[in-house]
Amino acid sequence: MDLYGLFYDLFFDYTLRTVAMGSAVIGIVSGALGSYAVLRKQSLLGDAMSHAALPGIAIAFLLTGSKMPLVMIIGAAVAGWVATLFIMSIVSSTRVKYDTALGMVLSVFFGFGLVLLTLIQKRPDATQAGLDKFLFGQAAALLESDVITMGVLGAAAILLMLVFWKEFKLLSFDSDFGATLGFPMRALDVLMTTLIVIAIVIGLQTVGVVLMSAMIVAPAAAARQWTDRLGVMVLLSSFFGALAGISGAVMSASVQRLPTGPTIVLSVSLIVIFSLLLAPRRGLLWNWMRERRSRGRLRIEGILEDLYSLALEHKDPTHAHSTSVLRLMSAGKGGVEKSLAILRDRGLVEPVGADEWALTKEGLARAQKIARMGGGASGGH
Amino acid sequence: MAGDDTRQNAIEVEDLTVAYGEKPVLWDVDLTVPSGVLMSIVGPNGAGKTTLIKAILNLVNTAAGQVLIYGKPYHKQRRLVAYVPQRGSVDWDFPTNVRDVVMMGRYGALGWIKRPGKAELDMALGALEKVGMRDYADRQISQLSGGQQQRVFLARALVQDAQVYLMDEPFQGVDATTERAIVTLLQDLRASGKTVVVVHHDLQTVPEYFDWTTLLNVRLIASGPVGDIFNDENLRLTYGGRVSFLRSGEPDETDRKARIGGA
Repeated sequence: MDLYGLFYDLFFDYTLRTVAMGSAVIGIVSGALGSYAVLRKQSLLGDAMSHAALPGIAIAFLLTGSKMPLVMIIGAAVAGWVATLFIMSIVSSTRVKYDTALGMVLSVFFGFGLVLLTLIQKRPDATQAGLDKFLFGQAAALLESDVITMGVLGAAAILLMLVFWKEFKLLSFDSDFGATLGFPMRALDVLMTTLIVIAIVIGLQTVGVVLMSAMIVAPAAAARQWTDRLGVMVLLSSFFGALAGISGAVMSASVQRLPTGPTIVLSVSLIVIFSLLLAPRRGLLWNWMRERRSRGRLRIEGILEDLYSLALEHKDPTHAHSTSVLRLMSAGKGGVEKSLAILRDRGLVEPVGADEWALTKEGLARAQKIARMGGGASGGH
Repeated sequence: MAGDDTRQNAIEVEDLTVAYGEKPVLWDVDLTVPSGVLMSIVGPNGAGKTTLIKAILNLVNTAAGQVLIYGKPYHKQRRLVAYVPQRGSVDWDFPTNVRDVVMMGRYGALGWIKRPGKAELDMALGALEKVGMRDYADRQISQLSGGQQQRVFLARALVQDAQVYLMDEPFQGVDATTERAIVTLLQDLRASGKTVVVVHHDLQTVPEYFDWTTLLNVRLIASGPVGDIFNDENLRLTYGGRVSFLRSGEPDETDRKARIGGA
């Protein structure tokens, strides 16, 4: 499909338009609320919640015989919440640590969900068809009415997040302090957890229970790389979530038999990798360049210092010395010729004869300054 | 609030007991902090110093006891109490700046939903001025040194405009300059009639910095004016004879002050 055709279909093809809108809603909501999960170091809680949703979906179907999205969402949300309560009470009433409790609850709930799913699929009637799509998600099955349900729930979650912005910031940064100010931090914690549950359950049909937690964690982790402001982080995280959601879901909807969850997760992973590498200040590439630059500067200053200390042993401060002596002094760190060439270009040293170098006047002044400051090490910022 | 009634007590703790599981952390503590004192809480590790502060602030569940602030239960007097938690209790990599953190001190007075505005910003900048951090208002908190983090927390408590200040180890891991600045700030607070309670670790500086002190080791050992109760016997009771640096023979106050000043 060419790009023009894709854009045309995005607006006029029912399936593609529905899928794009649905996944945009998922991306925006999970990106925004995922920021809080990441900042509160609850990334894995999202994983437990989404896996735990599976038995909720199955039980909701068994009780009602319906696959209506709202029924599925309610079942998933209740199960997600029950799992969270389990985790919290295990941590508070036993010696089991948080990560262990999380792993236990996740696998028990998920295993139970798989058992129920298998039982349901053995039933002769056809109403159960497609319930297994909740594992890895299926974007193409989205209906406009599903998107409306998701949109209403998601909008409510985002609205609450904005209304309690200040309170949630307090909860995430310093909950104890918030409690001394008189805010009911436990209630706010419950509300925030509920909002995260909503963000997860509205995405389950499209992304699937196995990989939905990536939509909570990845956009936020990527967004954190680019900004130091909470507001910007939430916005950017929503944008990344929507971008990954739309591109992944559209890809999977236009290619036969491509599961949506994994495709979306691959898209969001690309955004994360890009951000980890390239984001200014926090990005790996940025750090690498900064380190290289300061290492280069230290080496050059080292050569100047060496020339200066050699010159001090003579009457003439611009007395020339051979490259091999300098190489010896820099203790095999290498790059002596290159550093000398850079220093010559800056007019700090000049070649004398075939293989000897001397400080210029400027070079001498600079070397004295470096020596006064206590060596090259202080050249860093 | 203070002044006209000098006998009024800022904090009254009665029969306070806190236990984590079977192990008591605080046992039957009765403590009275008069209004307008600058008090330290000292005691060995695990003595329950932090827990005492948190229990006063209702941040931990108490097994027994009650806390009164100026004669009324804490939950009715919340606005009168400011809290400076341990610096290490929060994630300093949180995406926010100094100004925003200090303004959090106004959230309680603002109440639900309302956002901080110009008035709150002005108060925050004023408090930052007092702690010598005015130039750092827009700095990301991840870029602060330990001492600067502590000053930001103090500024946040200052904008609460409280009567009672509870501080958990404000001198922990700060440089000498910051320690000096914090001491001056605490003494200014006392001079303006506030009550300040500080969890403190350095026994050497207790007589110099504070006028009132509480010795704690799960039970309350002693509480009162530093000159009356900060002596070898009480310290030995608190630390169980492990205070090797204490010299035998109590030096008089001027001698001690001179010694600390010279150190």
